[in-house]
Amino acid sequence: MPVHAITPNYSGEVKDRIENFNGNQVVYVGWDKHLMFCAPFAFPLPPDMPFRVLFESVMPDPFCVHPEWEKIDWSNVSWLLDGKPFTPQLDIALQDQGIGHKSVVRFQTPELLGFQNSGV
Amino acid sequence: MAAKKLNLKDKYRLLTRDLDWEFSYQDRKEAFPYEEFEGIKITDWSKWEDPFRLTMDSYWKYQAEKEKKLYAILDAFSQNNGQTNISDPRYVNALKIFLTGVSPLEYQAYQGFAQTGREFGGVGARVACQMQSIDELRHVQTQIHAMSHYNKFFDGFQEFSHQHDRIWYLSVPKSFFNDARAAGPFEFMVAIGFSFEYVLTNLLFVPFMSGAAYNGDMATVTFGFSAQSDEARHMTLGLEVIKFLLEQHEDNVPIVQKWIDKWFWRGTRLLTIVAMMMDYMLPNKVMSWKEAWEVYFEEAGGALFKDLARYGIRMPKYAETIEKEKEHISHQAWWTFYTHGHATGFHTWIPSDEELDWLSEKYPDTFDKYYRPRWEMAKEMEAKGERFYTKALPQLCTVCQIPMLFTEMDDPTQTCYRSSDYEENKYHFCSDGCKDIFDDEPEKYVQSWLPVHQIFQGNCGGPDVEDILRDYYRINVGADNMDMKGSPDELRWKEWKGTA
Repeated sequence: MPVHAITPNYSGEVKDRIENFNGNQVVYVGWDKHLMFCAPFAFPLPPDMPFRVLFESVMPDPFCVHPEWEKIDWSNVSWLLDGKPFTPQLDIALQDQGIGHKSVVRFQTPELLGFQNSGV
Repeated sequence: MAAKKLNLKDKYRLLTRDLDWEFSYQDRKEAFPYEEFEGIKITDWSKWEDPFRLTMDSYWKYQAEKEKKLYAILDAFSQNNGQTNISDPRYVNALKIFLTGVSPLEYQAYQGFAQTGREFGGVGARVACQMQSIDELRHVQTQIHAMSHYNKFFDGFQEFSHQHDRIWYLSVPKSFFNDARAAGPFEFMVAIGFSFEYVLTNLLFVPFMSGAAYNGDMATVTFGFSAQSDEARHMTLGLEVIKFLLEQHEDNVPIVQKWIDKWFWRGTRLLTIVAMMMDYMLPNKVMSWKEAWEVYFEEAGGALFKDLARYGIRMPKYAETIEKEKEHISHQAWWTFYTHGHATGFHTWIPSDEELDWLSEKYPDTFDKYYRPRWEMAKEMEAKGERFYTKALPQLCTVCQIPMLFTEMDDPTQTCYRSSDYEENKYHFCSDGCKDIFDDEPEKYVQSWLPVHQIFQGNCGGPDVEDILRDYYRINVGADNMDMKGSPDELRWKEWKGTA
């Protein structure tokens, strides 16, 4: 039984279903081993937005305050989509490359170890 | 001839057991519909023993004396400008969290025990819940009274009741109680009566009230003492319920164990905020969170679970993860609030050099390696006039609703990501503990009111963060929030002390 309720076959209202986000979907983006940002960021984005817009216009604003942001060699970055290796296609829409509602996009920069090499 | 005076035992019997009645024309199961759906089997309610046997008249008498003393001290505190005797104005920010985050939980506890008292078929348990319910209502009242004095002199206290339903981090304590109150009566008792009141509440009330004393806050110490004398009774109720359930039927054991696992995990997540208050928010520190956890959970809780082993109950699941987390959570939480200090209803700050050294000493295996660098970075940025505030909104855990700030315990530099797919939707969690809770009852947690998502859905005003803070949260932007340094609270303090 998916819930212990006094009402038989009780079901809950899915508060975060995509229809509630006014045409957007939620995408989470995290920079591994850079805990200056205490948690991954959540962004409301149109599903048909090309990855390039996320990468060039959405991500820099919150991430660029980190002193290592400018040192990232993007050709060497590895990406994870929902925990699995992934190669983003810049000019393809998020939804057309499997980045769906509440997907987690992570990027890893193993040569950058964070402030004072502490993962910060 | 004078009427014979009843002794306390007879009085209790007349006021409780004999108040119950047989149902002659109604089905008893219809009168107590909530008693069975959780799977708990009660064979004999008369086996329930209320260890306190408190009657209403003695309750009134005893509590009235306590309240009289409490209000006399609060009056003296206010007439003598007690607010100027605290150690440092930074301390008051812990009270702001207490008033917005904890006191409304007392109100939720009052409602929860009143409801649970109605749902139990056994009259002894019903009366005990009623007494506790009234206690909880008194607690919220005395806390509001004690803190209202600070509201005259410091920012951030003025809208606590409005804010409880709205501010992002207050969804953490709120959802904890909503979860418990949306369960059946027996789960509520295990959640609040046992896991929270019996096992974890010492961690809130004892070190925090000592912290108040260490920091010259006699108003808080006084309500703390007043509440603490009731807590002993609440703890006994919590323990009695657990033992009663376990003795009634062996089929209850796995159900109770599952609830202990769940509520122990939810409780420790909730107490992250207390960890942060102890390690970072008390200018005069009592003990570290790690030390408090060792004394009040590992030693005291360990002995309790040894005692419960004869019923077939084991230590809560993930206790070994929690043992490691005691080294980390206070630092991770304060960093989260520091970096979101523009969106909180209280002030945050970089710990002083002495405080950083104290943390190194208390956390020799973790602080310098993982957490001191964050403060060195923050100091560098602040010195350049670029005090760091995070610019985007964080991903939240669907169950505990805390930002995904916790890390893997075998690699504290790596955020802990967990997720589940349920009916074509993804759900994310900060830990195995929260994922287990979701997976057990997904239909409950698909309803989570996650503040970040609600903001994105347009349900919290906006569109900008500042609009949300001002109009929806009712934070007085620029006074209630931002850094302690340069705040009106700090300036006022300096004027009082003649150091402005």
